Amino acid sequence: MAENVKPRVRVPRSAAAGEAFEIKSLISHIMESGRRKDSDGNTIPRSIINTFTCDFNGENVITAELHGAISTNPYFQFEATIEEAGTFTFTWLDDDGSVYTDSKDIALA
Amino acid sequence: MNYTRRDALVIGAGAAVAVAMPFRAFAERHADAISAFTGGADVAQTGVELTAPEIAENGNTVPISVAADGASEIIIFAVGNPVPEVIKFTFGPRSGASSAATRCRLAGTQDLIAVAKMADGSFAQATVNVKVTIGGCGG
Repeated sequence: MAENVKPRVRVPRSAAAGEAFEIKSLISHIMESGRRKDSDGNTIPRSIINTFTCDFNGENVITAELHGAISTNPYFQFEATIEEAGTFTFTWLDDDGSVYTDSKDIALA
Repeated sequence: MNYTRRDALVIGAGAAVAVAMPFRAFAERHADAISAFTGGADVAQTGVELTAPEIAENGNTVPISVAADGASEIIIFAVGNPVPEVIKFTFGPRSGASSAATRCRLAGTQDLIAVAKMADGSFAQATVNVKVTIGGCGG
């Protein structure tokens, strides 16, 4: 398991119904691409976050399929719209089977 | 050693093929991946906006963003990477705009291609060239 994985998301406290607003997410993760070699010439096995999803009240906002070409500490910025107050849930799936989650409440402006 | 004109031509042609072959294989991998995504459908050259720096000093973190009005899926390829796939975004019903930004690794100076699948089933793509000073593959 990758160590010190810490998800961070930024969601506004409130938003107007039907108006798009920005969400940013960052998670600390080494994102080992599987192409690097250690000092003995052995390939370091791939260990990345392969999927990121953001849902709002059970409905999908965005899903991202990640590959080895995504940088260390994957960062995402995207837009969402809401019609009612609720909760955003964020999920990151690791190659090793770990699941990291975070959630943020939002009110209607 | 004396080369005849004919020898020189044969050697030259052989060398040209040897040089071209790995390059072709490299170019085909992302083309295959794109056609697997589009199913061989026509791809329009407008409607997708792919933003990346003209010059990236550090290939380990290259900020990229993509936007395509009405897209349901966007997939990004780095043509010159050992694995051309970079990321695939799927936009759900709560998405505010078919746009997203992230950071990627680039092995060297190369083209980035974004292919978008529109809600009506058509496809569009955009290409951006990025000059990379220090590659980001740690090889």
